[in-house]
Amino acid sequence: MMLKLDGVSKVYRVGAFGGRELKAVSDVSFEVGEGEVVSLIGESGSGKSTIGRMILRLASISSGTITFDGRDITSIKDRKEYYRQVQGVFQDPFSCYNPVFRADRVFSMIKEQYFPRVGADEWRKRVAAALESVRLDPGNVLGKYPHQLSGGQLQRMLIARAVLLDIRLLVADEIISMLDASTRIDVLNLLADLRARGLGILFVTHDLSLGNYVSDRTVVLRHGKIVEMGRTDLVFGNPVHPYTRSLLASVPRLHTKWADVATGDDVPCAYHEAPRDSRTRPGLAEVEAGHWVACAGCAASGIEEKKIKEKA
Amino acid sequence: MSEASPEAQPRTPTARREALHFALRNRKLVVGTIIIGVFLVAAVFGPMTIDHKPTDYVGPPMTPPSSEFWFGTTTFGQDVFAQFLYGLRSTFLVGALGGVLAAAVGMVVGFVAGYRGGWVDELLNMLTNIVLVLPALVVLLIVNAYLGVRSIGVQALFIGLTSWPWAARAIRAQTFSLRSRDFVDLARLSGVRTPKIILREIAPNMSSYLFLTFILLFGSAILIAASLDFIGLGPTDSVSLGLMLNNAARWSALQLGMWWWFIPPGAGITAIVGALYVMNVGLDEVFNPKLREM
Amino acid sequence: MALKVTDLRVYYRTLRGEVKALDGVTFSVADGEIMGLAGESGSGKSTLAKSLIRLDGRMRHVGGTVELDGRAMPLSDDTAMDEFRFRKVSLIPQYSMSALNPTRKIGKMIGELLESRGERPDRAELERRLELVGLSKDVLDRYPIELSGGMKQRVVMVISTLLNPSLLIADEVTSALDVSSQKAVATTLLGFRDHGLVTSMMVVTHDISLVYQIADTIMVMYAGRLAEKAPADALVNAPRHPYTQQLISALPEVGVRYEDRRLTGIPGNPPSLLNPPGGCRFRDRCPLASGQCAEQPPFAEVAPGHFVACWKAE
Repeated sequence: MMLKLDGVSKVYRVGAFGGRELKAVSDVSFEVGEGEVVSLIGESGSGKSTIGRMILRLASISSGTITFDGRDITSIKDRKEYYRQVQGVFQDPFSCYNPVFRADRVFSMIKEQYFPRVGADEWRKRVAAALESVRLDPGNVLGKYPHQLSGGQLQRMLIARAVLLDIRLLVADEIISMLDASTRIDVLNLLADLRARGLGILFVTHDLSLGNYVSDRTVVLRHGKIVEMGRTDLVFGNPVHPYTRSLLASVPRLHTKWADVATGDDVPCAYHEAPRDSRTRPGLAEVEAGHWVACAGCAASGIEEKKIKEKA
Repeated sequence: MSEASPEAQPRTPTARREALHFALRNRKLVVGTIIIGVFLVAAVFGPMTIDHKPTDYVGPPMTPPSSEFWFGTTTFGQDVFAQFLYGLRSTFLVGALGGVLAAAVGMVVGFVAGYRGGWVDELLNMLTNIVLVLPALVVLLIVNAYLGVRSIGVQALFIGLTSWPWAARAIRAQTFSLRSRDFVDLARLSGVRTPKIILREIAPNMSSYLFLTFILLFGSAILIAASLDFIGLGPTDSVSLGLMLNNAARWSALQLGMWWWFIPPGAGITAIVGALYVMNVGLDEVFNPKLREM
Repeated sequence: MALKVTDLRVYYRTLRGEVKALDGVTFSVADGEIMGLAGESGSGKSTLAKSLIRLDGRMRHVGGTVELDGRAMPLSDDTAMDEFRFRKVSLIPQYSMSALNPTRKIGKMIGELLESRGERPDRAELERRLELVGLSKDVLDRYPIELSGGMKQRVVMVISTLLNPSLLIADEVTSALDVSSQKAVATTLLGFRDHGLVTSMMVVTHDISLVYQIADTIMVMYAGRLAEKAPADALVNAPRHPYTQQLISALPEVGVRYEDRRLTGIPGNPPSLLNPPGGCRFRDRCPLASGQCAEQPPFAEVAPGHFVACWKAE
């Protein structure tokens, strides 16, 4: 496995003098292979973006390890070498561009840092090719300021920027939630095309239908813990954790109204129903081949439970 | 995906051109700049037109303004106009040197504290607070009093080293909010090193802010210098507007009705500092779209 | 007819000229109707919503009329509009979670608000309404900071409907919320209408699948004009305007995977509203466009309650 998270946690110190601890991510383990799209699904506060930032080394890891090709990423001293292979694209395309400068500065930054010896003509060709691979017309986007371009164009330029490096893993954090409906599907398709070229993609999203559309495997997070994970068709086709079920029931669908979606309450806890020897991962039971679920009651502590009730 | 605000698309091509557009139409900024400009020209070129030293005794004592001595003469027959021009020069010099120094220290401390955070931030914050609560004027008094020869440079140095804390605090706060922006993360993902990120990603985004900070520091350095001069701790080897006021007071110009001795330096300081603040307000309106009057 | 909008035009003043954000829209909302107003960024949907409440400094009412319950609304007269605001038309703003004064307890704030409108607060009625949105009366003695985002959203919803307005406008009220809270808020909106607290409602959103859940009719806007208005089921299942058709087919649904069915977006971008081209504004991106489209198609009724602005829709 290319990327492997093993018991990863993130603890923030909060309150005066850092007296209290807030566990944003607790004991999360999953893998992303080459040419595989894994979607990380969760609501706000689920820790999904924190995981993305830890993989990108933008946030420190409190405990556990993240390995890339078997190497602990915190032991890779040369960040540049790591970033040549692992890149990220974030939610808000507008804030990813320094508003003072032209948008194509994101490309020249790459050239300056990684390809200082490449000639100007050769570089121009590479940028043009990368832009074309994300279906942008170089003449339309080069030399413009961020506010002159649409969110979809900016987001695709960021993907092109990642493509310019020889990346093998892309962390895509909510990359389409700020795009208009008519363009977001194109960006989503782009991820699918990159996957076909052998790229591993971690697709972080709160939108179940988007995650479902593009991913091979799905990890559902809640309050920093994995509640259910596995092959996308299994997780969405046969959700066994009550949280996944309620999420799926709340998703607004186009041709079905909420009233017509059966929620199916009062299912027994799948984790405890499953035989003991199926607990192949810490805290997770394998209910069918390639489909794990956590205990229905364990995930929520007192406060969290109260919060859920208020929302419902 | 909120609806884009309507001015998102039809903005003028560059932010700089837009700033210029508003700058030329902002009366406060234009008036302030003109006043500063006039004084600056007088300070730079004025002394060249005068062929004697400002402290020379060139005319009859205590004469009111005339065609020969535009601002009159002192009790000792010194040319007040010449003193005024030389004084302007040292005032601008002290303001610029003190302001630059304070801005430089404030920027380094502010940027590093804001970007690094953690214990570095706490340490620098402590330092900032210590300097902030030091009664700066008292320290200046003591240090100045113990120093035998006092020059404009030394004065500027002390002003610069004591007036940076609030600038550091303001810059730290700005840096703090900018460093969590996605484009900073993107620069980090591009392998750009920290000093370069501060210099090339964060600083350009607050260039207007830094400029405003410098102008305010400039103005306050002039004021502090004038107060020091007035209480007799000014440079011993040159003329300044504050020193002129000090001399005028010492030789009872007010009681003797020699208004021409103290009005020009007083009005000069007031006009310069006032114009700087008016400029500052104008610039703020130019840079901050929320304050722009449509 | 609760709301009747005729040829409404509202432009934005900018440095480079006037942005025709709302350029001639004509429609009506019936008594008891929940109308979803959908569109992408820059379509003019938020401008339409804002125009019915308050024109901000840069907005200019260029033409057209708005009638509410038979009375013309003086859009460009800010003081005369006070008579309508809150009593007749009420708005739940986009970021209503941050619209609450953090230094006031909720109950006190509501009391002050009502007094400023010359109304006496009715504690029992207030509590009944809080209960309706699933909040206990304790929230009246709490500060906004003590409530979660979803709870604050519901407090604002209660405040907005206190005076039983004829028309309630909800501007992107669900877009910042999690999936589960989205459902709760949307259902609450539906409850307002069903309990008779508001007569009609306009739910502004970019999310057609969400508004489909609660709306009776959906109106789609594109580049400052209306594209289509129809009963919710008809609009989602049998859209007539090429834009609506393409928009709906671009939405991924749970269960659709790109390996099985690759969806496509709409190529191109909407025109600039600074100097929009004449004729149909979707023309450049439309697969069906022909010479006739150089002329603006009327917003015509092609079936009962189904309006389309397209020459090709029959």
